[in-house]
Amino acid sequence: MARTLISQTQLDRRSGKIAYWTVLTLVVAVFTLVFLGPLYWLVTGGLKSTAEVIQNPPTLFPEQLHPDTYATAWSKLRMGRLLFNTLYYAFGALAFQLVLDVAAAYALSKLRPVLGNLILGMMLATLMIPAAVLIVPQYLTVLDLPLLHLNLINTPWAIWLPTVANAFNIFLLKRFFDSIPEDLMAAAAMDGATPLRALWSIVLPMSRPILGVVSIFAVVNVWKDFLWPMLVQPDPANQPLNIGINSLSTGVPQNVIIAALAIASAPTVVVFLVFQRNIMAGLTSGSLKG
Amino acid sequence: MAAINVSLRRKVRQNLTAHGFLIGAVLCFGYFSWYPMVREIVMSFQRTRRGRTTWVGLDNLDHILQDPAFWQAWRNTLLFTVLALLFGFAVPFLVAILLNELRHARSYLRILVYLPVMMPPVASVLLFKYFYDPGHGLFNHLLAALHLPTSAWLNSPDTAMVSVVIAATWMNMGGATLIYLAALQGIPGELYEAAELDGAGLLRRIWYVTVPQTRLILSLLLLLQIVATMQVFVEPYLLTGGNGPQGSTLTVVHLIYQYAFNFNNYGSASALGLVMLLLLAGFSGLYVRLSRNAD
Repeated sequence: MARTLISQTQLDRRSGKIAYWTVLTLVVAVFTLVFLGPLYWLVTGGLKSTAEVIQNPPTLFPEQLHPDTYATAWSKLRMGRLLFNTLYYAFGALAFQLVLDVAAAYALSKLRPVLGNLILGMMLATLMIPAAVLIVPQYLTVLDLPLLHLNLINTPWAIWLPTVANAFNIFLLKRFFDSIPEDLMAAAAMDGATPLRALWSIVLPMSRPILGVVSIFAVVNVWKDFLWPMLVQPDPANQPLNIGINSLSTGVPQNVIIAALAIASAPTVVVFLVFQRNIMAGLTSGSLKG
Repeated sequence: MAAINVSLRRKVRQNLTAHGFLIGAVLCFGYFSWYPMVREIVMSFQRTRRGRTTWVGLDNLDHILQDPAFWQAWRNTLLFTVLALLFGFAVPFLVAILLNELRHARSYLRILVYLPVMMPPVASVLLFKYFYDPGHGLFNHLLAALHLPTSAWLNSPDTAMVSVVIAATWMNMGGATLIYLAALQGIPGELYEAAELDGAGLLRRIWYVTVPQTRLILSLLLLLQIVATMQVFVEPYLLTGGNGPQGSTLTVVHLIYQYAFNFNNYGSASALGLVMLLLLAGFSGLYVRLSRNAD
């Protein structure tokens, strides 16, 4: 263990040990309370009766378990539909980003077309535009796609296609592809491999870590997005979780909504617990050097 | 001659292939980034009424500057940004320093801090809305149990924005904390050793070693957070309906939203968007420049 702010000798002293274990216990207790407490409240709140959930003082454990609240939430807030929509949007966006952004980054990194650097520069320039500022012209574009005159409102394309225009993804992928030795590519070309074949057989297998990072963030971003899907999916049948729960929640008892929120949080929380190593690694290596 | 021809043909073919790989992403950027950018600028000088579009010069700018909501929205947004930086910048840094010193339960604590980041915003926000309820909410109950004065939270213009910031900090602090933590782990231990030999106490070691060693990442995240917090929308929209008591949580992005989607005034919405863009592009540019130096 490398030395940090406080030295090992200081920690090894009796007073140091007492201080360390006190602080550790306090931190673990406070963090569990602050970050896990609300989740506990969410899960148990969904098990309480309507009266108990708004009772004062609040109860720590449900007096009587009402697992049927979850069933009510599932049917009343049409959670199945909302979950399906969210998954559909998230994995569709993932597929488009993986195919189109990987192809673009590969072209910019290895095939180096004429004007490639200009295109990359124009892509990176969009990083300087605050996303919320463009929401109005983007909405009008989706309403009537220039040249094609298509209306994408209420279609999944309105969510899938804009996610491809992600300069950060392309930058991350391009930097990773840049680190793949040119000799390897030249050898593949000598063997008669087409660019597509080289991408498939050499670049992609070597890029698993970065593809994982991009994938996780692609899914999580769609899962968490709010303003854009609210604008482009006005039909309740097409709405994702975030929008659907919010618009369906008026007039529904509190315990039912709480159960719905617990259901809505479960997938990403579980995904996080399973992939936490990759997510943390991606977070610190990826977003640092934007 | 023939050799030149062959190499030229190969070059053209290579370029066609490369552009073929690029076309999908380029079209998406064109439709959803580059074209909207141009359109934003054009629309901010136009007014559309009953399907007819006319050039109105700076009228839209004039209109938004005369709207009292403009100044209120900027005041609120700046208040949110300052508060969010006080909490969202200082808290993660201190938490990261604390976590870096602990030798046990490290991954458990890191997972805890990042957990809210993974929750859908509607869940975190409605959760806080129930906690804030002045009648049966958990927060007032806890305050009362500790014999502290209770608060109206979201229901009073004085406390509404602070309440929004507290919720937003809980939701978002995980990302910054983990990035700081990674930065802290890169500090060479000898620096602390040397500072200690020079008689520097705990606070001095933080000030003279930790802070300078993480300065670049601190400034990068500071810029990133300014740009992100100035665009706040979801938290106030879901917590208070966007306006809040006496307009106390109306933000600039919400005002853009209102101009466009409540009043059908795309010109004013674009003009306001452009004002914000000009203000934030400076910060973003600085970020891009700094992060290039960081490489």
